[in-house]
Amino acid sequence: MKGILKSMSVTLSTFMRKPVTREYPETHKELPERDRAFPVLLWAEEDKEPFCTGCHACERACPVECMTVLMKDNPNHKSVGGDSSRRKIIDKFWIDYGRCMRCNICVEVCNFDAISMNNTWAGHETSVYDRADLVMDLPMLLAQSRSGELKPWVAP
Amino acid sequence: MTSMAPEQEFETQDLMINMGPQHPATHGVFRMVLQVDGEVVRDVVSHIGYMHRGGEKLSETMDFRQGIGFMDRTEYLAQFNAELSYVMAVEKLMDIEVPERSQWIRMILCELNRLSSHFMFTGAFGTDVGVFGTGFTYAFRERENILDLFEEITGDRLMYAYFRPGGLAWEVTDNFVARVREVLNVSKQGIKDMDGLLTENEIFKARTQGIGVISAADAIDWGSTGPVLRASGVPLDLRRTEPYLKYAEVDFDVPVGKVGDVYDRWLVRIEEMRQSVRIIEQCLTKLQPGPILPERMPRMLRTPPGEVYLRTEAPRGEYGIYMVSKGGNRPHRLKIRSACFANLQALRDMTIGSYVADAVVILGSLDIVLCEVDR
Ligand code: SF4
Ligand code: SF4
Repeated sequence: MKGILKSMSVTLSTFMRKPVTREYPETHKELPERDRAFPVLLWAEEDKEPFCTGCHACERACPVECMTVLMKDNPNHKSVGGDSSRRKIIDKFWIDYGRCMRCNICVEVCNFDAISMNNTWAGHETSVYDRADLVMDLPMLLAQSRSGELKPWVAP
Repeated sequence: MTSMAPEQEFETQDLMINMGPQHPATHGVFRMVLQVDGEVVRDVVSHIGYMHRGGEKLSETMDFRQGIGFMDRTEYLAQFNAELSYVMAVEKLMDIEVPERSQWIRMILCELNRLSSHFMFTGAFGTDVGVFGTGFTYAFRERENILDLFEEITGDRLMYAYFRPGGLAWEVTDNFVARVREVLNVSKQGIKDMDGLLTENEIFKARTQGIGVISAADAIDWGSTGPVLRASGVPLDLRRTEPYLKYAEVDFDVPVGKVGDVYDRWLVRIEEMRQSVRIIEQCLTKLQPGPILPERMPRMLRTPPGEVYLRTEAPRGEYGIYMVSKGGNRPHRLKIRSACFANLQALRDMTIGSYVADAVVILGSLDIVLCEVDR
């Protein structure tokens, strides 16, 4: 009997504490800076083009092979009358979020700081009705960064 | 004229009951076929393999950095401990000396992970014995608290991929020490809560004492490790018997049980949580600023040919990595020695002769993670 009363006192004591739960869809927990949702590409605002040069480094390093990268000559390069210093630039880029295991390797291998993990709630709430919709193309991958909401954190 | 049938012995037939694969009490996808006579279990056949993803074979195609992420997925309740075995195996092959700071941080994270894993056990086990909801939500509250800290450091709540051969992927946050202390203070209260909720509860005792007994000799024969073995009275703790990281420099006790029943396994785990808190507190005082990666770290992770078996004490027991390398940047063969797999083998011995309702409790007391059993 004593033991049961002791159990009851524990249950009773939690009555006094503040609730730790949140009403999820209405209120969101604040995400830490390092939060890793899915990888997104970063947009170079001054050059009006992505940082990504299409170098394939991330594609080769990805453990689950969920990235597809195609590179092209930059039409905006200095040599052809543009003002960008990137000779090559990304043409097409797909990441299959359905396969990505959010391991951060692509961010670590990129030499151009062109990719980072999405640390906003938009990166977590990606549910769709069809798995095929999880394959993100270049405009979708850049959208977060172009909207200015993303505060990328790249490990020092 | 009425005839009275003579009293006769009816022949009874054992009944086969399928428990699982989709059963809330099996902690994952696991199937037990129970042969019952009335309410008494006569035989148990366990079927595993529903979660088999070929992780060991897959690891042969992964280089050493890619493989870390897969280790998380073998042990989804003690990811840091799983990563630790893997990276330490690579370090041993490559003969890398890990900087002090990284070792202390690894230790803190592994012990925190042990805490969160044991909290999960206390909650889930409570559900098994019939403390529906209450204990589970309390335990989850504590576990979430720890996961929040992990998220701040590594960026992910479950699949951290944070340890690297040589050290850590990146520095911890600036307020790391203060945050760990904060989390510990909450966890201490949490341990007290879980302990107060169940340990002395008469109903809980009635459900757990004296069932699922396994003797020390049997436990050793089955290859059990971790709390299951220690509950039977064998003080084997790899942190003590073959210290890795900095475990030789901290003080802690290895709790052992007396009877080897389900109740002892509970007591051992509760005490282990207190010891983990003690270890972390000591680590925090010894943590010094410094580099987290060795000075001369090769850019490419390539091991010389060789083979190594490295084991560490994960919350569920000995988590070992046997790695064969023929040179190059990926293992030629990787074998994961899973603690749960060995612990689960003893299930039959423990369960035969008990009631059906106790079978669930016994299974729960082994604290299995099916992903680790099947890899
Ligand atoms: S994201 Fe980085 S690593 Fe990947 S293709 Fe672009 S520049 Fe190369
Ligand atoms: S986070 Fe990992 S799995 Fe996802 S795209 Fe990058 S490298 Fe591939």
